[in-house]
Amino acid sequence: MSIWITIFIAGLLTFATRLSFIFLLDRIKVPEWFRRGLRFVPVAVLSAIILPELTSSNGALFLSWRNPQLLAGIVAILVAWKTKNVILTIIAGMAALLIFQALLGLI
Amino acid sequence: MIAKNREREFWNGVRDEAPILLGVVPFGLLFGALAISAHLSSLAAQAMSSIIFAGSAQFIAAQLIGTGTSGLVILMVVFVVNLRHALYSASVAPFIKGLNTTWKLLLAYLLTDEAYAVTITHYNREGDSPDRHWYFLGAGLTLWSSWQLSTAIGIFIGAQIPPNWPLGFILPLTFIALVVPALKDRAGVAAALVAGLVGLVAINFPYKTGLLAAALIGILTGMLIERKPE
Repeated sequence: MSIWITIFIAGLLTFATRLSFIFLLDRIKVPEWFRRGLRFVPVAVLSAIILPELTSSNGALFLSWRNPQLLAGIVAILVAWKTKNVILTIIAGMAALLIFQALLGLI
Repeated sequence: MIAKNREREFWNGVRDEAPILLGVVPFGLLFGALAISAHLSSLAAQAMSSIIFAGSAQFIAAQLIGTGTSGLVILMVVFVVNLRHALYSASVAPFIKGLNTTWKLLLAYLLTDEAYAVTITHYNREGDSPDRHWYFLGAGLTLWSSWQLSTAIGIFIGAQIPPNWPLGFILPLTFIALVVPALKDRAGVAAALVAGLVGLVAINFPYKTGLLAAALIGILTGMLIERKPE
């Protein structure tokens, strides 16, 4: 298979996956339990992305108080909870990351 | 008046998507550089960003192409890596019901992790608005343009990004800022915690299958807890 055909079909597959329910939901009646589950999609997916990012380093689990990303993540969670502000959360989280990296480098 | 509303929705989408770009652009640069080092032509590398338009899948596919993996295997991997987008599709679908086909095709094309995260948070917070698909378009196009541009720069200039590049941390930080305020009840908190913990345990599952399993188990947990009488 040429690279171009691979890229094109990979694009079509990705597009079809993204279109799937956007297209279907206007045409079929989905059961009630399915509808109820949708509310949990964003919190579940994003948490499943966030937690492994905070607790790993180069793909390996790094659950330790010496992990600056985990510590900075906890700071960011607290700031997000208190302020509900995206920019403040990013600034606080980045500042915390740099500070913890510097501090842990010294220990 | 109507045009004004649409414009406002569109620019709100652009504005809300903007912070996440600081985290996305380094990955676009890196992808462009990596695709070239995997011996893809500049045109093929750029085409991956515009035709596939899915960061993680592109990284894996470019590496597999570089090692001479068969096309069929690459397609299966891309499909599995991108399966989580079906969840995004189901999740945004009720909010853009009734739009015409052109809009649906366009918004489906723009449905990346980053555009989804920003858009669904906005939809859940703001409630009903007849022009809300313009918000989605604004967020989606913002991410799309920066992904195309950063890929191109990575292809032609290359990317020298140190291994512990801290800007990559902006992605999880933005997701934290979107998720935490959305946790309003027991069922939602349980869904988030379980999904996060399963994702952590399944960290070494290949091709994002751990993420997919974690999300599904988290959703199921939320539904079970919600059904229990308080």
